[in-house]
Amino acid sequence: MAKFYFTSSKREEKQLVPKQSTVDFLLNYSKALSVIDYKNLKFETLLN
Amino acid sequence: MKDYTLSDAHLVNDYIKGDEGALSILIERHKQRIYSFIYSKVFDRDVSEDIFQDTFIKVIRTLKNGKYNEEGKFLPWVMRIAHNLVIDHFRKGNRMPKFEDNGEFSIFSVISDGDLNAEKKLIKSQVEEDLRNLIQELPEDQKEVLVMRMYRDMSFKEISDKTGVSINTALGRMRYALINLRKVIEKNNIVLTN
Repeated sequence: MAKFYFTSSKREEKQLVPKQSTVDFLLNYSKALSVIDYKNLKFETLLN
Repeated sequence: MKDYTLSDAHLVNDYIKGDEGALSILIERHKQRIYSFIYSKVFDRDVSEDIFQDTFIKVIRTLKNGKYNEEGKFLPWVMRIAHNLVIDHFRKGNRMPKFEDNGEFSIFSVISDGDLNAEKKLIKSQVEEDLRNLIQELPEDQKEVLVMRMYRDMSFKEISDKTGVSINTALGRMRYALINLRKVIEKNNIVLTN
């Protein structure tokens, strides 16, 4: 019986992780973001 | 040193209490799964980066605003946000169809930005300046006709009325003006191209 060979049509992506710069941005964004509560209201402030 | 064996729920709690390091662990722990999930849908590295970033911006804002209430189910929650953003991405794509350059045909080969860029604007102004100087070298009668025709956009009938010569004379002067301009340009090797 004939053998069937399958090759992946998509290029193998070994390292499917976001860039370090993206992760760093998120961590810095998180540090810069602060939420202030004021009488049932929430204010977001971004400090650089 | 942070304990990397802490559960997601614990880390989320720590983060809400102000421990920024907890977020770093959460991202490190789940970035591969979330990014792969996004990439498996959009097949584009840059778009995946954008969606990954937007996902976590949403996560950060929700947690900091104290709106997170799915304790213990952090990853499914983040995945759902990512999934919704992927859907948003495709919706946007449907409204504004994207032309992909796959090597066979590029839409950009048939359409172009008609506006001049800064360099071309500069060259254009220099060419026009050179041409104005050359026109000044023409005999007075030829210069007069050329200026009226090209810069004031007058018809040869109007030029003939204004200068008091026949239309044929005006046409002849225009012709000689152009011949003389070409001669000067060739003689002096002036490049007037944009």
